[in-house]
Amino acid sequence: MNAYNFAYLDEQTKRMIRRALLKGLAIPGYQVPFASREMPMPYGWGTGGVQVSAAVLTPEDTFKVIDQGADDTTNAVSIRTFFQRTAGVATTTVTHDATVIQTRHRIPEEALGEGQILVYQVPIPEPLRFLEPRESETRKMHSLEEYGLMHVKLYEDISRHGHIATSYAYPVKVEGRYVMDPSPIPKFDNPKLGDMAAIQLFGAGREQRIYALPPYTQVVSLDFEDHPFEATKADHPCGMCGAQDSYLDELIIDDAGGRMFVCSDTDYCEARQAAGHKGKDAA
Amino acid sequence: MQADTLSGGFADPSIGSSHAFRAVMEAMARPGTVHGISGAVPPAPLSPAAGTVLLTLCDTETPVYLAGAADCEAVRVWLAFHTGAPLVGPAECMFAVGTWDAVVPLSSYPVGTSQYPDRSATLIVERPDLCATGAALTGPGIKDQAALSLPEVAAFHSNRALFPLGLDFLFTSGDCVAALPRTTKVS
Amino acid sequence: MYVAVKGGERAIENAHAWLAEERRGNTDIAELGIAQIREQLSLAVNRVMAEGSLYDPDLAALAIKQARGDLIEAIFLIRAYRTTLPRFGASEPVDTGAMACDRRISATFKDLPGGQVLGPTFDYTHRLLDFKLAADGDVPEAPARAAETGDVPHVTGFLNREGLIEEARHDDTPPRDLTREPLEMPADRPLRLQALTRADEGFTLGLAYSTQRGYGRNHAFVGELRIGAVPVEMDIPELGFAIEIGEVTLTECETVNQFTGSKTEPPQFTRGYGLVFGQTERKAISMALVDRALRWEELGEDNVGAPAQDAEFVLYHADNIQATGFLEHIKLPHYVDFQSELELVRKLRREAGVDQVQEAAE
Repeated sequence: MNAYNFAYLDEQTKRMIRRALLKGLAIPGYQVPFASREMPMPYGWGTGGVQVSAAVLTPEDTFKVIDQGADDTTNAVSIRTFFQRTAGVATTTVTHDATVIQTRHRIPEEALGEGQILVYQVPIPEPLRFLEPRESETRKMHSLEEYGLMHVKLYEDISRHGHIATSYAYPVKVEGRYVMDPSPIPKFDNPKLGDMAAIQLFGAGREQRIYALPPYTQVVSLDFEDHPFEATKADHPCGMCGAQDSYLDELIIDDAGGRMFVCSDTDYCEARQAAGHKGKDAA
Repeated sequence: MQADTLSGGFADPSIGSSHAFRAVMEAMARPGTVHGISGAVPPAPLSPAAGTVLLTLCDTETPVYLAGAADCEAVRVWLAFHTGAPLVGPAECMFAVGTWDAVVPLSSYPVGTSQYPDRSATLIVERPDLCATGAALTGPGIKDQAALSLPEVAAFHSNRALFPLGLDFLFTSGDCVAALPRTTKVS
Repeated sequence: MYVAVKGGERAIENAHAWLAEERRGNTDIAELGIAQIREQLSLAVNRVMAEGSLYDPDLAALAIKQARGDLIEAIFLIRAYRTTLPRFGASEPVDTGAMACDRRISATFKDLPGGQVLGPTFDYTHRLLDFKLAADGDVPEAPARAAETGDVPHVTGFLNREGLIEEARHDDTPPRDLTREPLEMPADRPLRLQALTRADEGFTLGLAYSTQRGYGRNHAFVGELRIGAVPVEMDIPELGFAIEIGEVTLTECETVNQFTGSKTEPPQFTRGYGLVFGQTERKAISMALVDRALRWEELGEDNVGAPAQDAEFVLYHADNIQATGFLEHIKLPHYVDFQSELELVRKLRREAGVDQVQEAAE
């Protein structure tokens, strides 16, 4: 792959993305338009995250990629291989060894530190999109801080179901100003968004938007006084490592309704097992 | 063309700019922190840090305003050769570079629009030195409180009041960079 | 005991190896050459160049071979390659009036200066499978005559001379570049035309057809359709003048559409415009109809709520590379999101007492 520039993108494209990242950090939660390029993987498969990673990586970085919390899901493998080839960076599956982590749909269980950058792949960056399909309208709503529609939607959920029926991509308000889509992470992960020591960068390639959360930024999940936000997970311990506090995948293990629950964060689970923790389904 | 026009760029543009950008991004993400930055050797009066920032972020798509002493033949030619950035006045610029006395008043720069607050200028302000003492900073990117040797307080106070519009600042000195985004409260 | 599924890397490598084998097919059959694709599947090559936004027949042919004939996949390969190319500058606007036309027809005038030239068209072929092609591909030589020289004037120019058609405003402002700037609404006509020229042929065709059936009808006549080569010139600052750097084949369609007029302005026909790389006339005509439909606002027409009048709808959904990527991404794992929905649904059912009722019934 020597025919390509370091980290694949040409320098002019990287500069354009870097400028957008800086403005994103300066206006937390605001979606900065950027001229997303066609990447060698399909739109919707992490092109936004890949472009952001390409713009921030240095040769000294250690790179980790997770999809659904796991390092070995096929698309995570594919993106990790892409940067091994085009940027020659070291890769790892160990969360605390990574300097740049690209993720789809999860925030690692282990708290991230100051030397780390978390890059999210974002499919639909506009939190108001499913309430108002027109970009020209949603942009106006953000500029006027007109978020009533979102509250109405959440409240309709409550009157119909008794609960807010949004379980992932749960909207947040950043520093009391912009309502932001945290990407389709389960709402279990929402409390980790605020006051994080690491830099969080969000890239939506097809929708041509970049946004960011600087470290230690105030991020509040939208809720109501009588229906406070609740981070939920399956009410089980991990079958492999016994963790009580991690987000779990549910696996169907036979055709008689048998199932088990396992940490979605594979590094977290493996580290706990290596340290001697054992769940009820472990060998 | 002069030899020093052609020289002073990154030895390896993609690697050099990747390091420089990380310094700038860390600075912007953590207001008040001072980071080493190098790679470019611009003509006087620009500091290596300011020159490196310009080469990292500017190209033909970014109008640049050279303020005060920075607006000299040597800098103009160097910047044109290495970035191709069009030179403009403060009202049209995406980036401005100069000392504090040269870049003020801040009212001359674009602060973005309510629908596109990102369309605002970033000012690269050359400082005699940079250290983590002086004005107290709070806001996104800062755990409790930070400090930075700022040229003054009032201007940043008014800039903060424009949020989500406003200007963002990079401070350069020698081979160091620090930053102050519009979100930072200065007191 | 449960063992986590591992080996994503190995699975991907094996899948790629299998794919390569399938692409080649039966090795007893001669391998398809790039030149064969370029010469004999040239309309596929043209579509890939048009929607890939890169004029290079050899690369398009390679992409078609690599994509096993899946043209959207081939367009994707070309787009991704295009991203890596440095941009040296912009050409001068091409002059389609100076086109060396292979085909030039007008549906509005029986005869006109420059003549009607049918050219290599399927139009009047009887769509009967030609079994001779299955046996051997030799073709008798087509009769030839010397090419007409000189410019071929545009039909709309004749109408314009009488003031019968709206004036095409001359504007030297460099248009915004869709491939270098994020799409922004409202999009002006140059930006819309850029999006349409690389838009999916099927999507554009469907929208254009919908206008003919009444969803934003605009009574289009094909004023002119022309296909041929035009020179591309680029201004070289060091030289101080423009030089020819090559030529491209283009299909241009100008439609003459329903007239507008008011008490103060006399009635005039209006225009729709299509310009596409290669011989791609279905696409060019579709583009012109959709372009015209999108102009409702500037022409003072009613928005009847037709899909083809809705610029945001058209432009955000016309790109097949964006569309296919996002559509196909739902194949990717969504365990985490699904799990969170599963828990929510279980909780709501529990609270609604549904599960207890079922248990009692069992």
